[in-house]
Amino acid sequence: MTAHTKGTGLKWVGRAMRRVEDPALVQGQGKFTADLPAAHWVRFVRSPNAAGRIIGINKPDGALVITAADLTGVKKITPMLHKFAYRAVAQPILAENVVRYVGEAVAAVVAASEEEAEDIADLVELDIEQTAPVIDSRDALADGAPQIHAIAPGNVILEGKHKTPGFDEVWASAAKIITLDARSNRQNATPMEARAGHAVFDAVSGRVTLTCTTQMPHLMRTAIADVLGMRESDLRVIAPDVGGGFGQKMSLCAEYVVLVWLARKLKSSVAWTEDRRENLIASFHSRDQYIKLEAAFDKDAKLLALHADVISNVGAYSCFPTTSGVEPLMAMAEMPGPYDVQQYQCRARGVLTNTCTMAAYRGVSRPIITFTLERLMDKAANAFGIDAIDIRRRNLIDTFPYTSAMGLVYDEATYQQTLEMAVKAIDVPAFRARQTAARAQGRYLGLGIATFSERTGYGSPAFAARGMEITPGWETVILTVDPSGFVEARIGSSPHGQGLRTTLAQIIADEIGVTPDIIKIIHGDTDTSPYGWGTFASRSLVISGGATLIAAQKVRAKLIKIASHLLEASPDDIVLADGAATVAGTDRSITIGKMAREAYTQTHKFKGEIEPGMTESGTYDPPGTFSNACHVAIVEVDIETGQTKIEKFLVAEDAGKIINPMIADGQVIGGIAQGIGNALLEEIIYDEHGVPTTATLADYMPPTAREMPPIELHHIETMSTQSITKAKGLGEGGCIGAPAAIVNAINDALSPFGAALDEIPATPQRVRAALRTALSSPLWEGEKSNP
Amino acid sequence: MTDKTNITLTINGHDHAIAVEPRRTLVDAIREDCGQTGTHIGCEHGICGACTVIVDGEPVRSCLMFAVQAAHKQIRTVEGLASGDTLHPMQQAFMDHHGLQCGFCTPGFLMLAVGVLERNPDISDDDLLDVLSSNLCRCTGYQGIIKAVRAAAIEMRK
Repeated sequence: MTAHTKGTGLKWVGRAMRRVEDPALVQGQGKFTADLPAAHWVRFVRSPNAAGRIIGINKPDGALVITAADLTGVKKITPMLHKFAYRAVAQPILAENVVRYVGEAVAAVVAASEEEAEDIADLVELDIEQTAPVIDSRDALADGAPQIHAIAPGNVILEGKHKTPGFDEVWASAAKIITLDARSNRQNATPMEARAGHAVFDAVSGRVTLTCTTQMPHLMRTAIADVLGMRESDLRVIAPDVGGGFGQKMSLCAEYVVLVWLARKLKSSVAWTEDRRENLIASFHSRDQYIKLEAAFDKDAKLLALHADVISNVGAYSCFPTTSGVEPLMAMAEMPGPYDVQQYQCRARGVLTNTCTMAAYRGVSRPIITFTLERLMDKAANAFGIDAIDIRRRNLIDTFPYTSAMGLVYDEATYQQTLEMAVKAIDVPAFRARQTAARAQGRYLGLGIATFSERTGYGSPAFAARGMEITPGWETVILTVDPSGFVEARIGSSPHGQGLRTTLAQIIADEIGVTPDIIKIIHGDTDTSPYGWGTFASRSLVISGGATLIAAQKVRAKLIKIASHLLEASPDDIVLADGAATVAGTDRSITIGKMAREAYTQTHKFKGEIEPGMTESGTYDPPGTFSNACHVAIVEVDIETGQTKIEKFLVAEDAGKIINPMIADGQVIGGIAQGIGNALLEEIIYDEHGVPTTATLADYMPPTAREMPPIELHHIETMSTQSITKAKGLGEGGCIGAPAAIVNAINDALSPFGAALDEIPATPQRVRAALRTALSSPLWEGEKSNP
Repeated sequence: MTDKTNITLTINGHDHAIAVEPRRTLVDAIREDCGQTGTHIGCEHGICGACTVIVDGEPVRSCLMFAVQAAHKQIRTVEGLASGDTLHPMQQAFMDHHGLQCGFCTPGFLMLAVGVLERNPDISDDDLLDVLSSNLCRCTGYQGIIKAVRAAAIEMRK
């Protein structure tokens, strides 16, 4: 066959094809969960206290108010890890006896409208005897701290440890030890569509259909059926159009369990639409970490060993399916990042507190570990008196495959090349001249670099290594050419903005020689798509794309076999292109539509040699690959106000084969925007009583168009050997590198003052505090008046 | 709060006779009483702009306006942008310049941009950026939206 792929290969893959998703969405014809009508609406009554005992719940007369006491036989959400001294913390569907964070659902009010449910909820009185909360993870680790769960003494839900043999010896040989204490404050992923669920009971079948804002419909079905003790086949889960997820919508929400329970009990339809305040305080949080990182270097600034202590605030419960391990264990596994360092010691703890439960958010820990490591590299460069670019050149991985100190195998990537590409494109000497001139005028510019690796498209072995009870990874795609010659692919992934319906169609089109407009991708419904793990972790294009390619290869083989029969030619002479099979060098040809029709309706012609129909399935479970990039930020810091303006942002990235450049660039730029929020703006803040004070989008501030700098993208395509489409994932890279690059740039801008800032977001207050600290230091010898 | 008032909302030229409580927001009335679910609710605080519609020629946050205040006014929503099968230049530009990913904020951005450009077709790029900063998008990083609106502005001036 290889002789005849000419003319069919790479026809659609690689094109910036317009998205098939868009026409409906720009006309307001998207179907989102909250668009569905319902007979009953739910309002959750949430705890106003961070910690306390529930003494009583006073319900208004005649109101339908469900509490934990009503949910007899309903199990608790109990995610499980079989490693890392994990404590199986269990979450009741509605708070039982105690409340553990502000926003925890205590009761569910059911009424005929949202407004009525809200009115009744206001009348429900919670009698809670407050106890002392603990909010900060370091406080929770202190002796005598309040215990969040009896099963987790000392509030440690898990502790990962790793130490390479020979670490101590190498550490002792170091010429310099550089230490950094990094702090990443708490974030909310903030999809523009908050959570919503709609459950409806069908009296004929006895089944419930749950439509909800999820990134993984099949696993939601499994999980909810488990918790409710019902047959999984009696539950259908639909993820319709979903308004962004970014990880927040991949965990099981107790609210959805309540909806399914109510739909069965009321034999009716029941809906809940989360408001923004609920989303900000009671959905899932992320990124709340302290990392102490120490690095041993030899005299030539070559990194010898890393020593990390990760404290991850996981909130009040463990999230399903990833568990609270999602952040600390990711930090432990990938801390060495893009650098060649074979000695590594790490302790990574997940710590329970009286705060909203932590779950995955785009990048998962890697924005933090990249921030920490890249700050440390800049600090080390200063200590050695060398350039920030030079220290990276000396330490970035450049031979492949590379096995990390944690045993991860890095496939071929371009850490050095993207660094060189980025620094050349940004023109560092020109910037330094401009920086010097600006300083003379009292303006402070800075340039920051971040290099990083982004592990993507990893299958079940990677999740199994974490000891997960639920081990995601593989994907299945069922590809059919129907009797009219049109193509449909049913996929287990569940895209919600990534454009997968477009990119998978591009892959299929090339493989079977048709145009994408005759291909439909069906997803997001457990009744119509094969079991799969959904869309998260920069996996869908690699894994679902790989499964798509496998299925398409099988369909291609079948089409060639049928053509060979019908055209009476050798399979080796069949060319599949432009919607038809042709015998090479002749005008003998048959359309794919005609072949498909025969495959269903004229099967006798194939004398039992070809199976009827035209459906093939592909399953793919790859080991994982590594994308990489170098981000460069140029900023100007107003030292009077502490305000940072990003003047320019540049990316040189390598995500393997790019299937659709428009969509790929959109993922990178969208990620950078979230990274800018992480670097400068977004912070969930609790007061000392554990009350969140950032409960609107005026307090918790995602970037607007005004905060976005001009962004320049450069690409290298290193064809991955670990992905059959050769594509690596790139959904998270934008937000992984941006905080490090931006905060390194701020520190560069502040360098004349000797100020250092190792905490994100780098708000004006923190920038000013760093300046004040530096200028009050006895080491300050500058002549400049105190800014 | 349950006494309802009879009002008529005129959405995209069609009259909807509905009965609403005085406290009912315009966005809830558009979505639930009039069944036009293309307008989305992102925050109900008037911050994100997902619910932006055009009322008597002005882009407004329909979560901050009561339905009764919009009675007898001309309301335009995303459903009314296209003319039959022909998309509005703004819709076409959002598709051409990758101005959307999940599409949840898109109706609000479309109505904001159309409303502003109809009033001020020659708005400067910098003022346009200020306008677009009044709505939130979490997916695109805005670059595609900004390009799309600038491209549509040129088309709309033709």
